[in-house]
Amino acid sequence: MTAVGGTRMIRATSLLAFLMLLAVCAALISLMTGSIESGWRDLLAALSGNSDDTAAVVIMELRWPRTAAAFTTGALLATAGALMQVLLRNPLADPYVLGVSGGAATGALLAMLYGLGTLWLHGAAFGGALLSMLLVFALAHGSGSWSSHRLLLTGVVVAAGWGAVISFLLAVSPDQGLRSMLFWLMGDLSFTGIPRAGAGVLLGGLVLAVALGRPLNILTHGEQTAAALGVTVPVLRRFIYLLASLLTATAVTVAGNIGFVGLIVPHMLRLLGLRDHRVLLPAAALLGGSLLVIADTLARTVLAPRQLPVGILTALVGVPLFLALLWHGRDRHPAQA
Amino acid sequence: MALLQAQHLDVSVAGIPVCRDLVLQIEPGDSWCILGRNGAGKTTLLHTLAGLHAPDRGTLTLDGTSLATLPRKRIARHIGVLFQDHHDAFPATVLETVLTGRHPWLGPLQWETAADLALAREALAAVDLAGLQQRNVSTLSGGERRRLGIATLLTQDPYLLLLDEPANHLDIHQQVRMLDLLGQRAASGGRALCIVMHDLNLATRYCDRFLLLFGDGTTLQGTHDAVMTESNLERLYRHPLRRIDHANGPLWIPA
Repeated sequence: MTAVGGTRMIRATSLLAFLMLLAVCAALISLMTGSIESGWRDLLAALSGNSDDTAAVVIMELRWPRTAAAFTTGALLATAGALMQVLLRNPLADPYVLGVSGGAATGALLAMLYGLGTLWLHGAAFGGALLSMLLVFALAHGSGSWSSHRLLLTGVVVAAGWGAVISFLLAVSPDQGLRSMLFWLMGDLSFTGIPRAGAGVLLGGLVLAVALGRPLNILTHGEQTAAALGVTVPVLRRFIYLLASLLTATAVTVAGNIGFVGLIVPHMLRLLGLRDHRVLLPAAALLGGSLLVIADTLARTVLAPRQLPVGILTALVGVPLFLALLWHGRDRHPAQA
Repeated sequence: MALLQAQHLDVSVAGIPVCRDLVLQIEPGDSWCILGRNGAGKTTLLHTLAGLHAPDRGTLTLDGTSLATLPRKRIARHIGVLFQDHHDAFPATVLETVLTGRHPWLGPLQWETAADLALAREALAAVDLAGLQQRNVSTLSGGERRRLGIATLLTQDPYLLLLDEPANHLDIHQQVRMLDLLGQRAASGGRALCIVMHDLNLATRYCDRFLLLFGDGTTLQGTHDAVMTESNLERLYRHPLRRIDHANGPLWIPA
């Protein structure tokens, strides 16, 4: 490694190390917080697996799956958001803008309406997300041109269509089911197990996305420029679309529609001056995961024993954080803010 | 061997013919200028030569291979484009932007090396932007952004440099400096230029081959003396022109 590449690598590595530390801290706080007080000793005992008192059971059976689900979902959404922003060449795009979440919600609500179990619910949500993703892909493809505008318009209109279907399903649902439906729509982590498949999708997707980091960097300068610099733009864009949609579909399947993480996390990192997608994407995954773990910890403790949908908390935590960064960053990036 | 060869090329944009049956051969050391009215399709033709716009008919060959069958990355090592406009949707520093020029030369997972960085810095110095490396691109003036585009092209270091109105936004001093710089680059190591330009005086100063697009599919090409006559140019621009002979060469002014 050369000297210059070396310093860039060191800076990137130290940032990622810091975010990793943040993720570990967030996870520890999440594991030790809840209606049953647990300290370091309980945590260590639970993690070593040789304790079967209540505290350990709560940590391993309740809090650990939920923490893992929160982290995975946040990381999936933040990565998908960063990819979607490059794809649509719009720093304000989020993972849901093209209707993937609407399809998932329709599938999930139908499963709830017919009283199907959790597994069916997950399957229906994922199926709905995939259906929406392919629908937008095919419709935007149309006559062959696949411009950002056409894709965005198609996605937004399809999302609006799903919105109508969701409202219809809510209107015809019996009252007793409405509460869980609304919670699902707002993003809810209370019914998740350890998301093994989700973590697999996250890792695989992240590796692929980071491998495409340099072409992604170049794509931010415009499609024509990217093509002239040797990027096979149509193939790359289709790949990003499918990858971002798949990550979003997985996140929505795990935890419903959790808003805001996918929009603000990548944008926050950009405001902090991070631009190279080879670093930005893993950083977004770590920060998104940590943010959602913190938000979920708050969601289940602020009004305990009542639990809030985590989507409310992501906005409550994210909005002020984002505004502070925007305010702070306006001198450094005047034209951008 | 020609750097780029066009055979029986038909190009159109939005149903309007740009050229019909165009045969063009860009040789190392050539400095081509594409002239035509607004909307005659100069930019479209330039994009076609770069393989970014498909011709209706005919073939483009690079080193004897059809351009359409070559991977984009391989094309980008041979042909570089300076576009008419720059679209920066995301913040990026001047140095990061100029480094994008190295993309075609790097392996898929390779990071930019110190040698790439040195090339980038050298190019920035050549266009007088050395002091602005850490500036956000969106804070640059029009002329500075233009010079950054030229520096990126120099960093890409292709054999054929396709320039779409390179003098846009540049003051007189920078127009001459940048075209001198690009001309020197093209004259070295078997390279060539192809420039879309409106300024006839800069065109005659920097180019030795001319391609006139009349906007109806007909074209005319050749050396300065063969093509750049009063009657041809008046027909091209549909405007009366006066030629003034000066010690540095002919000057054209609209009548």
